[in-house]
Amino acid sequence: MAECHPVGFQWVMAAKARGAAVIHVDPRFTRTSALADVHVPIRVGTDIAFLGGIVNYVLTHEKYFREYVLAYTNASTIICENFKDTEDLDGVFSGLDPQARAYDFSNWRYEGGDVPAAAGEQDQEYEERVDHAEAQEVDHAEAQEAARPEVHGSGGAEALAEGARLQTDETLQHPRCVFQILKRHFARYTPETVEEICGIPRDTFLRVCELITENSGRDRTTSFAYAVGWTQHTVGAQYIRTASILQALLGNIGRPGGGILALRGHASIQGSTDIPTLYNLLPGYIPMPHAHQNEDLDAFVEAEGARKGYWGNMRAYVVSLLKAWWGDAATADNDFCFDYLPRLTGDHGTYQTAQAQVEGTCKGYFLLGENPAVGSANARLQRFGMANLDWLVVRDFSLIESATWWKDGPEIETGELRTEDIRTEVFFLPAAAHTEKSGSFTNTQRLLQWHRQAVEPRGDTRSDLWFAYYLGRLIRDKLSDPAHRARMGLDADGRGIERDRPVLDLTWDYPTEGGYDDPDAEAVLAEINGFDAHGHPLSGYTQLKDDGSTSCGCWIYCGVYADGVNQADRRKPYTEQDWVAAEWAWAWPLNRRILYNRASADPEGRPWSERKAYLEWDPERRKWVGPDVPDFDEHMPPDYEPHPDATGPEGLSGKDPFVMQSDGKAWLYAPVGLVDGPLPTHYEPQESPFTNPLYGQQRNPVRNMPKPGGDFFHPSDGEPGAEVFPYLATTYRLTEHHTAGGMSRWLPYLSELQPEFFCEVSPELARERGLEHLGWATIVSARSAIEARVLVTERMTPLDVQGRRVHQIGLPYHWGPNGYSTGDAANELLHIALDPNVHIQESKVLTCDIRPGRRPRGPALRELVNEYRRRAGITEETGRQM
Amino acid sequence: MTDPAAVSGYEDPPPRMGFFTDTSVCIGCKACEVACKEWNAVPEDGLLLTGMSYDNTGSLNASTWRHVAFIEQRKPLALQDPGVMHPDVDVLEMAPLGSSTPPEQALMTPTAPGQEGDLRWLMASDVCKHCTHAACLDVCPTGSLFRTEFGTVVVQEDICNGCGYCIPACPYGVIDQRKGDGRAWKCTLCYDRIGDGLEPACAKACPTDSIQYGPLDELRERAAGRVERLHEAGVTDARLYGHDPADGVGGAGAFFLLLDDPEVYGLPPDPIVTTRDLPSMWRHAAAAAAGLLGAAVLACLTGRRR
Repeated sequence: MAECHPVGFQWVMAAKARGAAVIHVDPRFTRTSALADVHVPIRVGTDIAFLGGIVNYVLTHEKYFREYVLAYTNASTIICENFKDTEDLDGVFSGLDPQARAYDFSNWRYEGGDVPAAAGEQDQEYEERVDHAEAQEVDHAEAQEAARPEVHGSGGAEALAEGARLQTDETLQHPRCVFQILKRHFARYTPETVEEICGIPRDTFLRVCELITENSGRDRTTSFAYAVGWTQHTVGAQYIRTASILQALLGNIGRPGGGILALRGHASIQGSTDIPTLYNLLPGYIPMPHAHQNEDLDAFVEAEGARKGYWGNMRAYVVSLLKAWWGDAATADNDFCFDYLPRLTGDHGTYQTAQAQVEGTCKGYFLLGENPAVGSANARLQRFGMANLDWLVVRDFSLIESATWWKDGPEIETGELRTEDIRTEVFFLPAAAHTEKSGSFTNTQRLLQWHRQAVEPRGDTRSDLWFAYYLGRLIRDKLSDPAHRARMGLDADGRGIERDRPVLDLTWDYPTEGGYDDPDAEAVLAEINGFDAHGHPLSGYTQLKDDGSTSCGCWIYCGVYADGVNQADRRKPYTEQDWVAAEWAWAWPLNRRILYNRASADPEGRPWSERKAYLEWDPERRKWVGPDVPDFDEHMPPDYEPHPDATGPEGLSGKDPFVMQSDGKAWLYAPVGLVDGPLPTHYEPQESPFTNPLYGQQRNPVRNMPKPGGDFFHPSDGEPGAEVFPYLATTYRLTEHHTAGGMSRWLPYLSELQPEFFCEVSPELARERGLEHLGWATIVSARSAIEARVLVTERMTPLDVQGRRVHQIGLPYHWGPNGYSTGDAANELLHIALDPNVHIQESKVLTCDIRPGRRPRGPALRELVNEYRRRAGITEETGRQM
Repeated sequence: MTDPAAVSGYEDPPPRMGFFTDTSVCIGCKACEVACKEWNAVPEDGLLLTGMSYDNTGSLNASTWRHVAFIEQRKPLALQDPGVMHPDVDVLEMAPLGSSTPPEQALMTPTAPGQEGDLRWLMASDVCKHCTHAACLDVCPTGSLFRTEFGTVVVQEDICNGCGYCIPACPYGVIDQRKGDGRAWKCTLCYDRIGDGLEPACAKACPTDSIQYGPLDELRERAAGRVERLHEAGVTDARLYGHDPADGVGGAGAFFLLLDDPEVYGLPPDPIVTTRDLPSMWRHAAAAAAGLLGAAVLACLTGRRR
């Protein structure tokens, strides 16, 4: 966190100054470790074993917060008889189809219930729930593709069928209640197992367990902060799930000082998922509709929404979004233009797209502030994809590698590509920096903070808002120009201009300002906030209607422009308000600073303790009071019990804090929502020098694998050739640079601070491989080979795992051949086996070899890689087994 | 305490301002280095991977007015468990391989030998000390270096003639001549900001308040309290450096809380204003001259007598 979020780390230091213990779990001793009380070096890719060990410790030693667990989690819920755990099936859950490599989730359900569906993964479930007479047969091969993790973001999985009763056992003794399943599932994760898998000595592990459990309960709370070190794995989503289970058991969610804090990227990665740049989400985590036959708005809401909790109002959110986008054209008669929305047909994530480019089905590519030629895993595959496009538009500050690979990329040097053969038309458009435009950043704690333009952009540089707005105008002009339509043959399909209505009917008028007629960013914010039927700004999402009388560009942002005031622009210093500082900027949703804050009080509405008091029920005033906005109806008394038929927020009781879940509970066991299991399970990474000691199943059985051709994998432990790649490597960032370097490698003041690509190795590995401090090393994988200067440091420590000593190599991934500070890109080495839930690459773990000296130049580079593949016996099939 | 501004002739000067750099909370982000260069338009001065841990800046010089040192040590930080184990490695034996700095230089570098299983990573942002008795100021023949009303020491780029006298005069090796320019440059404690009531750029950018700016009296009091708290917490290594008006430079306007001996950070343990002995040297010289003169006169007189 000190390395990558130094500004946020000031609050960790503030906590430390007040006596907090800081624990840092990282394969490397970093700037964060330097300030932590305990540094726990861990073998990369084993965090589920580590966290699962703590879960087991908490359960075994009865350190959980029993009242919280009973009242606020699904610990007592009984799971259906069909469910079989990894304990029963040697590492996989019931419902696995080995051919399709996908799970049938129906036997993970709550007892007595239909399933869940909001998280409604699959076509099969969709068909089931909307009761289509002719259920669409889902090809097994497509099953995995159809597993729609995007809908899980909407969290509102339906826990029970209409009218069905949740089966619970408040004594937590029923063998099929979540609590007992949890105990059995994590029983294997003993301190000895943790040591064997993670390389963390038993004493260190137990010290961590004690620190965490002693600091949790009525009087104290513990928080977890994580970043891509947890997400970039083939089991990344399950890492976060393990932490969720642990924090829910300890009662550390919805309370001050608790939580699981996702440290999102700079400066607005949070914003770019809220109002997504992701292919599978609409604003506010509404799933992108899937291309089901005859799907309409009602069917969509039925299939993807939930009956109870705040997702019960999904129709109002969707209709208001459609009204924001298509204005007067969206009416009740035309389903509010629901058909105008694009539809998904499967995985269109970034790696799928790169493969589609190689195959020739994806022909055009916009890169806005993204540098896949060095910044994405298997960078070589990314470049081959771009070399097969019709056109490529790059908008960035500088001539990044993604804009110049066609003339000076690594494949030009190796002779695999020749500039004159590349047909891609590449456009480079210089982009304005944040100082040259107004807008908001949504930071890692959901705060929208406004920034104002300081100077006009120089030369040809323009803001992204300018680019999107005028590109849209040009396209609309062309589409409505009969001459253009005739020239381009746009009417050939006989549908005429109707085909292009979704583009032409978009509301696309914004006031402009400044020397370049930039759209007014505040007008966009007002549109996102939304208006009522009279054109007045809305003040919160509870005002949204499903009848078309309200518009809102992103329901969770509704209220950011309340009263016609830019709430994100509020700058009252924290020194002039209470400790929650609710008047600094604006947090979604509804300016709430802690989500699920009903859990900060006990079931009767009293604070769990004076020390941790936050919200409480005031029986005199019949409302909830405290320093924050309640994450529920502020007048709902703790003793409210819903009518069995009640839906929406009124469908949950006054004791249910987790208002986005259809049962109002924190899920220790996820009956829906994840495509790779209702409980986290330790699997070895795609590439590992070790065998999974827990189960026969080595890797995540449903991880996403790329199509054969562009990617090769290493043999893992026990397979012939594994010894060719004996070391583990992990990639990461340094404080001094920004991601793939587009914003830092061109800046002299930053480049001089970390001037070259380097790798970090322990003295032991340096001795073993003859590496010299400040000398050169070549690091090799089956994808490519790169060279790096060597930093030998005791901050890198070997670990003892399964009786063997393993070395881990650190690779900061900021570099590429362009810019002021240059070096090879660590992403050349990475493979693209992905997490099946979010399609993220496993950039935190790979196996590799390291040798002294520089890498070969020209065609010899590929020869070296091919020689390694030959020696390890790598084929198209290696590493692809389930 | 002597107020150097008052001594320099300012009537009713504002409180003496300075820096307290608390290295125990420094996270080595180098924001101070960048903010300083941005605000003061100090040029970039070379891409060099030094191998000195994460310190690729090296030292304070004409084009580096804030410098963050990184020291990897085999030494326990009180109450910290670093987790790393290198029981088989003798860093002294490893030294010739280049894995750590040669033992004779080990105090200031990546890895200093110590107990196995111990590791700490010290970070500290160094800066001009703005001495109470500033030798650079004493020796400047042009008046380019001057004492401000805030008690800080500033070099004026439009007056400096590049004579270079100030450079050997500084007991810390801070002030330096810029190559190709010839003039002397160093931290101004952002004279062009503090006059407007702003804090210096480095302090403004520091995320953890490792660099604190304020009236020196207040900073000294705060620093003393901080050391006390660290001692209570078991960090017995904590000590102040440059805070004492009785030291060889009359106390620094920029002082530090360190976690080890100053030498470990590349700081002189007992700096003395290099012009300290000038008066007595002059006295001795004068006495010697007088003696010589006396001898000469005597000789003449004696000679005449002959």
